[in-house]
Amino acid sequence: MYNGGKIIIGILIFVGLVISPFLLTGEKATAKPDPKVDTPEIMKLPENERKCVESKDYMKREHMKMLNEWRDLVVRDGLTIYTSKSGKEHTMSLQNNCMKCHSNKTKFCDECHNYAGVKPYCWDCHIAPKEKET
Amino acid sequence: MDRRKFLKIAGMSSLLGIGGFSVANTVRNDLEASQIKSNPAALTAKRWAMVVDMSKFKAPEDYQKCIDACHRVHNVPAGSDNPKHEIKWMWPDTYEHAFPGNEDEYLAEKVKDMPFLLLCNHCDNPPCVRVCPTKATFKRESDGIVMMDMHRCIGCRFCMAGCPYGARSFNYKDPRPHINESKQNREFPTRMKGVVEKCTLCYERLAKGLEPACVEAAKEVAVKKGTTPGLIFGDLEDPKSEVRKILSERFSIRRKPELGTGPSVYYVL
Repeated sequence: MYNGGKIIIGILIFVGLVISPFLLTGEKATAKPDPKVDTPEIMKLPENERKCVESKDYMKREHMKMLNEWRDLVVRDGLTIYTSKSGKEHTMSLQNNCMKCHSNKTKFCDECHNYAGVKPYCWDCHIAPKEKET
Repeated sequence: MDRRKFLKIAGMSSLLGIGGFSVANTVRNDLEASQIKSNPAALTAKRWAMVVDMSKFKAPEDYQKCIDACHRVHNVPAGSDNPKHEIKWMWPDTYEHAFPGNEDEYLAEKVKDMPFLLLCNHCDNPPCVRVCPTKATFKRESDGIVMMDMHRCIGCRFCMAGCPYGARSFNYKDPRPHINESKQNREFPTRMKGVVEKCTLCYERLAKGLEPACVEAAKEVAVKKGTTPGLIFGDLEDPKSEVRKILSERFSIRRKPELGTGPSVYYVL
C-alpha cells in the first residue's frame, strides 16, 4: 500500500470526527424524557380521582389530535363539554382545564416536546400557568 | 355468468355497500353526540344583537367602563404610540365618523359631539367572512356571531380591507409585552404577532351563561346611577326579547346599512 501510514491516520481522524458528537454529548443526548405528573393540584386529589380525561396511554399517543379536535369544537361549533368514557364531564379547554391540573408546563409539556424536537405554538397565545422557581 | 346476472349482483352489492357505510356513519355520529355537548347553562339565540342607548352615554366615563371591561377580559394590549398599531375591540368615535353620509351642517351640536360607542357589528352578511381565505373568520350559524378562529388566521388582512366599520385590528407586534401582567385575565388567551383580532361578542362568556363583559359593565354603571343600562343585548329574532322591545318603541339607526351588510348593532338617540 502506497502511503499506508498517512491513509490509516487519515481514516482514524475521519472516524474520530464522525463519532465526536456521540463522544462529546455522551449520556445526555439519549437521556429519556421524564414528564412529571406530581403537581400539587394533582396530589391534592384523592387517589381514585387522579385520572385524566382519557387513559394515560391514549393521552400519550393522541393528546395532540384531541387538542386539535377540541379547539375546533369549542371555537367553531360552540360545544364546550366533553364526556369521557368514564362518564365524567370535562370542559374542553387547554388553558382553563388541562393546565389547572398539569400546572407544570416545563416538566409536563416541554420535557417531551424538547426531546422530540416539536415546537407546538400553543403558548404564543395561551397563557401558561405560573410556575414556582425550583 | 350472463350479463343479467352480473348486473344483479353488482347492483345488490353496491346497495349493500352504501347501506353499510351509512350504518357505520350513524354509529360513529351517535358516539360523538353522546361525548360532546354544549354547556346547558349557555346563553343561546338565533341572532344576537346589541342596542346602544346613546342617551346613557354622555360623558367619557360612561363608556370607558365598558371599554375597559372588554379590553381587560380579553387581554387587549394597551394603546401604542403609533395609532396604526392600536388594538381595539370597542372604541368611541364621533357622529360624522360613525355615520358618514348622514352628516348635516346643521346637525344638533350635542349629537355631533356625542361619543358613539363602536364595536364589531356582527353583520348578517359579513364582508370580512367572504374575503377570508382560510375561514379563520366565520359566521356562527347557530347565533350569528361573527367569530375569529385565531388558530387559522394567517394575517393577510383581507378582512380589515373588507370591513366597512374598521372593527378589526392587526397585531403588528407581539402584544404580550403591552399587556399588564398583573391585570391580565389568565382564563383567556392573548394573541400573537401577525393575527387580526376583533370583538367576538364574548362567545366564551356566552358559553358559560354570562352576558358580554361590556353589557355587564353597562349594567353596573346603570345600577350606580339608578337608570336603565346603556347597552342592551338580546335575540333579534325573538319578538319578546328586550332588544326587539326597544327597537319597536324607539327610532334607531345602524352604521352604513346601505352597504347591505345587515349590522346587528343598533343606536337609539
